[in-house]
Amino acid sequence: MLNPTRATVLYAVSSAITLFAFWLLLSGYFTPFLLVAGIASAVAITAFGWRMDLVDHEGHPVHLGWRSLIYWPWLVKEIVLSALAVSRIILERRLPISPTLVRVKPSQKTTVGVVTYANSITLTPGTVSVEVSTEEILVHALTREGAESLAQGDMDRRVSQFEGGR
Amino acid sequence: MSVAADMLSWACLLAGGAFCIIGAVGLLRMPDLYTRMHAASVTDTLGAGLILVGLMFQAGLSQVTGKLLVILVLLLFTNPAATHALAKAALARKVRPLLENPGEAPSKS
Repeated sequence: MLNPTRATVLYAVSSAITLFAFWLLLSGYFTPFLLVAGIASAVAITAFGWRMDLVDHEGHPVHLGWRSLIYWPWLVKEIVLSALAVSRIILERRLPISPTLVRVKPSQKTTVGVVTYANSITLTPGTVSVEVSTEEILVHALTREGAESLAQGDMDRRVSQFEGGR
Repeated sequence: MSVAADMLSWACLLAGGAFCIIGAVGLLRMPDLYTRMHAASVTDTLGAGLILVGLMFQAGLSQVTGKLLVILVLLLFTNPAATHALAKAALARKVRPLLENPGEAPSKS
């Protein structure tokens, strides 16, 4: 990276700190040797990422931090509700499925936002994103109702808020 | 370990196990690849999630709970990527999904 911007340097520092915190969590030992080895590893990994041009808002989207506290609980609620719905379908004797393909348009502006939306679709049982682009996401839904409720775009709006669309 | 935490832990573990079994039953009952993936995602999310939460109650506030939390977050990030890769590969290889209305489906809306 020839001309690192201020933001890139901040992302690099924050990546290294996050990696070191991860090291501490996994190791749980606080001897000088292991602490120094952890710092060296964190800095080395950040340097590799820097050389590969991965240190940016995509590789380490820390700016989304506080908003995830709003989005994730909602997503967990959605996952639980749709998992229960799919479980009920599985346990019903006549297996009331109506597989449907549906195309939805993501309203997010960044690739991180579109990936978050596509991943959220896949993560909720009953819907899987099959093809993803910034213009369109092709979704396979287990039931027609699932496809319709996704097409209403509640999740899309919430991901856009999470992304910080103003 | 208090009795309340132990009971919560066991409730989560048993419910998680039940959802894993439901996912497996669905895997057997569903008619084609895509619908089977929906059944498997019940195991992926609620099954694995509840078992991990149950184990967190067992561990209490400790380093182990932190590690379990990291595993949970890792699962929630990697599972959809793997599921999407599988579905996309299947469609690219022309595995046609079984649809309620076969006519309308893959055309552009």
